[in-house]
Amino acid sequence: MTASAKPVAREVGRVKAWRPPLLQNGPVRIAVVVICLLWTVPTLGLLVTSIRNPLEIANSGWWTSLLNPFAPDQWTLSNYQSVLSNAGMGNAFLNSVIVTVPSTVIPITIAAFAAYAFAWVPFRGRGILFTIVIALLVVPIQMSLIPILKIYSGAGLYGTFVGIWLAHTGFGLPLAIFLLYNFMSQLPRDLFESAAIDGASHLQTFIRIVLPLSIPALGAFAIFQFLWVWNDLLVALTFLGPQTDLRVMPTALFAMLGTYGGQWQLLTAGAFVTMLLPLGVFLALQRAFVRGILAGSVKS
Amino acid sequence: MAVAARSETPQPLSRFILPIAGLIGFVLCIGGIAVLVDPHGGEHLLAWIYDLLGNNSGALALRNGQGDQLFSKILLALVALGVGVGGIWLLFIGVGWLVSQLRPQLRDRILPWVFVGPALVLLTVFLVYPAVGTVFRSFFDAKGVFTLANYSTLATPEFIGILGNNLIWLVVATGGSVLLGLVIAGLFDRVRREALAKTFVFLPLAISLVGASVIWSFMYTWQPASKPQIGLLNAVITGLGGQPLSFLTQNPINIYAEILIMVWLQTGFAMVVLSAAIKGVSTEIIEAARLDGATERQLFFRVIVPMIRGSIITVATTIAIAVLKIFDIVYALTGGRFGDDVVAVRMFHEMFQFFDDGRASSLATVLFIAVLPVMYINLRNFRRQQVEA
Repeated sequence: MTASAKPVAREVGRVKAWRPPLLQNGPVRIAVVVICLLWTVPTLGLLVTSIRNPLEIANSGWWTSLLNPFAPDQWTLSNYQSVLSNAGMGNAFLNSVIVTVPSTVIPITIAAFAAYAFAWVPFRGRGILFTIVIALLVVPIQMSLIPILKIYSGAGLYGTFVGIWLAHTGFGLPLAIFLLYNFMSQLPRDLFESAAIDGASHLQTFIRIVLPLSIPALGAFAIFQFLWVWNDLLVALTFLGPQTDLRVMPTALFAMLGTYGGQWQLLTAGAFVTMLLPLGVFLALQRAFVRGILAGSVKS
Repeated sequence: MAVAARSETPQPLSRFILPIAGLIGFVLCIGGIAVLVDPHGGEHLLAWIYDLLGNNSGALALRNGQGDQLFSKILLALVALGVGVGGIWLLFIGVGWLVSQLRPQLRDRILPWVFVGPALVLLTVFLVYPAVGTVFRSFFDAKGVFTLANYSTLATPEFIGILGNNLIWLVVATGGSVLLGLVIAGLFDRVRREALAKTFVFLPLAISLVGASVIWSFMYTWQPASKPQIGLLNAVITGLGGQPLSFLTQNPINIYAEILIMVWLQTGFAMVVLSAAIKGVSTEIIEAARLDGATERQLFFRVIVPMIRGSIITVATTIAIAVLKIFDIVYALTGGRFGDDVVAVRMFHEMFQFFDDGRASSLATVLFIAVLPVMYINLRNFRRQQVEA
């Protein structure tokens, strides 16, 4: 693979550049395996503990059960049973879905229209407005909390799903517009010229040409926003408030840390429940996610 | 790939159907908004549906705050999706159609604002206005009197400690993630099954900060030396003959224990971006360096690293911004009680425990000032890109 691929790589140009001599691969390979192991052990410990018998958890390290996996009365799913029903994780899971889906879909829709106009519809003030969008990319969310909280308590939006949908939509917009603009502005100019010659309006061009071509970028942002909203603690704590029946996954897990501190069978199972969906999405859509990261960071 | 839009020759059918569909959509949206602004909208809507279907007891239960709460929540989410997505499309298409009836000159001037309008309104309400408001509030005390005290107290030892902790986070967490990400990207680039190896390091990025805090507080668990250690780190320490450490309550170890969690999460991000950058270094340069007798290590640190400097800076600033705002890890693990408090956690306590919005605003403003250089760099880079394009 190393020697034979090189001429091809050179022809293609900048692909697969650095293939070292095989000589060095021994130590490097060991280092790679060790790194992968180090990165996985904490999560593995969580997973193993979550299916261990609570009596064992308190008295021996989780690794001991891996050394002796067929000892009697060791494995159980009852931790998950109690977390989902008693600790309210089932309800929180549902709330998280309810919070996350609109908080992901709505900003994409709004940002797609805006990004198209910023990229392809000339208008007065476009440059300065887009500059503001770029500036807003890095403004800490903390700058928004207090004034929005005041607005919300006046408008009855505190502790409502509507309030948190709107907040996540607003906070997600700068990145959404930026990512989609980056993608849309790279589309070939001919596309738009021929559409204009055919008499297509901007709306038609957007719907029939730009949107279908932008699906990769839309997907990449959707994954970002989904992970961000699903994993968010601060916005949920601030705008949904302390009500038990409004807890989402991170706030529910946070509450468990306070209530069940030291009861590792519940904490580990609870933590794994919160991770289940994002890990699944992540593993399934890893390529799209990586593309999104590269588009979002390398170009900025 | 020429995707030409068909020129529109309106058929008689669509001339009637489209406006009617639009009208129905409009009415539905008004109804949906009415449901959304009602604090118990979900319950009321489901009760109304139950009434229509003749399930009077179910409707009554819902109106009294009982009954099928679960489905009223789901219903509310569906309504929000309908209004949020359908309504916005309707708005764009409807207003777009109205505008297209205008004189061409006027149309071309108004249409772009229809496209960017909703985004601009939301950005103004949720980011621009609050940012200005927060800076403004930071100059007032709890009674609403103008003061500079919110900033002068930041110079007291307590707050200097907090700001110092943020500085440690900024340097160690950012530096650690970038350095590890760089080294790992370089190492992984040289083995087969690179994609698989990367997944292991990348995976924590999907885990929430609270989830990661639980994972690591289990790693850090401490038991008195007389008992068996169930936390992996203390088991290793006692196994080597040391005394068990209470990682999360001992200052300053706890700060670094918390930083390690962030590094564990962010290294994957640094690795992915830097790995792509490394693969972008042209083969010719690498071959030339090899011919000149550079060792593999020299090649990496003297040739490749300088060439991907831009990517390294981008990664570092992105991580630095996330680190600066760090909240979840400290808030979930200790609440900042053991000398490990940081700005964002203290701000939250000022808001919800001490009810001192002025102080909280001044803390937020400190974070804002800290990101201003990054904002400047971003804007400059963007300008440069525009000029090139």
